[in-house]
Amino acid sequence: MNRAVIDLWVGIFAALGLVALLFLALKVGNLSSTDVGETYSLQARFDNIGGLKVRAPVKSAGVVVGRVAEIRFDAKDYMALVSMQIDNRYQFPRDTFATINTSGLLGEQYVGFEVGGDTALLKAGDVVKKTQSAMVLEKLISQFMFSKAAEDEGKKTTD
Amino acid sequence: MSDDPLVQIRDLNFAYDNRSVLSGINITIPRGKVVAIMGPSGCGKTTTLRLIGGQLRPTSGEVRVGSQVVHELSDSGLYQLRRRMGMLFQFGALFTDMSVYDNVAFQMREHTDLPEELIHDLVLMKLHAVGLRGAHSLMPSELSGGMARRVALARAIALDPMLIMYDEPFAGLDPISLSIVGDLIRTLNDALGASSIVVTHDVQESLKIVDYVYFVSEGQIVAEGTAEEIKHSKAPYVHQFVWGEADGPVPFQYPARPYGEEMMEQPSKPTAWWS
Amino acid sequence: MMPARLLRQLGHRVTDRLWRLGFASRFLLMTILYSGTSLRRFQLTIREIYFTGVLSLIIILVSGLFVGMVLGLQGYDTLQRYGSSEALGILVALSLVRELGPVVAALLFASRAGSAITAEIGLMKATEQLSAMEMMAVNPIARVVAPRFWAGVISMPLLAALFSAMGVLGGYLVGVQLIGVDEGSFWSQMQAAVDFRQDIMNGVIKSCVFGAIVSWIAVFEGYDADPTAEGVSRATTRTVVTSSLAILAADFVLTAFMFRGL
Repeated sequence: MNRAVIDLWVGIFAALGLVALLFLALKVGNLSSTDVGETYSLQARFDNIGGLKVRAPVKSAGVVVGRVAEIRFDAKDYMALVSMQIDNRYQFPRDTFATINTSGLLGEQYVGFEVGGDTALLKAGDVVKKTQSAMVLEKLISQFMFSKAAEDEGKKTTD
Repeated sequence: MSDDPLVQIRDLNFAYDNRSVLSGINITIPRGKVVAIMGPSGCGKTTTLRLIGGQLRPTSGEVRVGSQVVHELSDSGLYQLRRRMGMLFQFGALFTDMSVYDNVAFQMREHTDLPEELIHDLVLMKLHAVGLRGAHSLMPSELSGGMARRVALARAIALDPMLIMYDEPFAGLDPISLSIVGDLIRTLNDALGASSIVVTHDVQESLKIVDYVYFVSEGQIVAEGTAEEIKHSKAPYVHQFVWGEADGPVPFQYPARPYGEEMMEQPSKPTAWWS
Repeated sequence: MMPARLLRQLGHRVTDRLWRLGFASRFLLMTILYSGTSLRRFQLTIREIYFTGVLSLIIILVSGLFVGMVLGLQGYDTLQRYGSSEALGILVALSLVRELGPVVAALLFASRAGSAITAEIGLMKATEQLSAMEMMAVNPIARVVAPRFWAGVISMPLLAALFSAMGVLGGYLVGVQLIGVDEGSFWSQMQAAVDFRQDIMNGVIKSCVFGAIVSWIAVFEGYDADPTAEGVSRATTRTVVTSSLAILAADFVLTAFMFRGL
């Protein structure tokens, strides 16, 4: 085996391997869609974050505008403190409303931004004031059942 | 050239685990001479070479090469020393993944910064010395036993060593290759001004070329002398060895209990499960 | 009487294994210490990458394609029962990138290249080539062992990436071209679910570790082999068995660490 042939084959091998890695990163993975570009940080406090996880998307009008960077428990006011990295291209008004939503009935949870009318914008490091906690499915169902039962009770007594 | 010997082995003892291989060996290799170490298979000849090359450490005693004690050298000192030694292994030990040319060039490329053109000339010169310049592009698998041995010899002398060691250089060769290798050992030694140690059990061939002979049996030196002295030696052991007699001081029978006693016994259990 | 003997035998085995492990670790340390030559004269390593990496290409590419195609068929069969056959892309990509790619490629690598390395070094030892090299003042660990070790470490992640990429293509061929899953949702769902850092990079890290494990076992078994025909054949078998077990065990440990946060 001559040296030039070996060099050529090893070169081909290395190039193929790198192309495969690139294919995995760009076509199979999500490297191309998000995470690239500059971000700024926002924070929000929630009573209950449900099943929200780090790296969950932050969406506004259904479009991914950032990702959850960190979730902490604030021992002072017993709330969850969620830090988010938001794409620099998007700015949000001061009275933006952050909610924790579920995609589909049982899908993954994400932070949704509902935009208000304030002209002042949120700056890096700001805290989103208005939040709504996650819907916990069991709570919803039990609330529904109890209210239904109370309605029935009320009907009975009026009868 | 000075009078002090190149290699001096003094009171050398060596044991694998607790099995003694060499005991009380004294050997002197003068500069410029070809010295043979002879003895039956398994008597510790190859071990002696490995002790000189520093691949093994003696249990006691010392091996002195030039002014250095081999087993006291550091790793780098040992490697420096080995650059001035050449060794021919029993079956050549050519690198099977390299051509003949690359085998001979191996040490030059590893140890020197010589330009490739100079290496080319040197390699062809060494191969020419063993008569195989035309075979430089062959792979070791394409060589006959005798040719492989000669290539290995060319490789051993690649850096013009001061000491060349041969481990059974005659084993498994046809009569023509045998005398070619024998002649080469002598002529290369004289041409390079080196000293040689030939470990062998081929008496007739080696007596033609060596200056001095040590006889080793069961880890001890039992006889020594010039080639002439050995040929005419009256010592029963040397006589048996030189003339290749089947029985003598070295018994034909492996040590065993008396024959009659063993015959009367019940056969023991088979040693292998398939028998 | 019997239990005592059994215990003694067990003890003997355990100490024997531990001693060998220690010996192998020392050998690995030496290999890394003497790696200067193989990195300075990189041509030596490139040659070994040819023998370990390039010659394993065919088996890796073909196996990857078939594994991906089987995943496509099996995954579709299961997913369509729940009406979510569009998730086929996620299933194929995640199982390949996270597990099958690194693990199966490493197993194939162990039997294709690992056994060859062991046999080669073992035969070099049996024919006194290593001894001859030592007598020529060339350290066989630096000249023979280290380039083969690093070639394995370098080749493995590339081979695993190729395996995964071929597998995804195989899944695509079967799922989209053959069965008719929607092409757009196949890719977009896959891209939404496969995370570059969590899934792909962890897979690459896994395959680097596997490459080091396989190469380590292969060079050690070769260097430690009895210098006989039987010894070399036993060492070759041991390389394949030991490295397969080690790959699967290491995979469990690595997976436990990597996906603990999920």
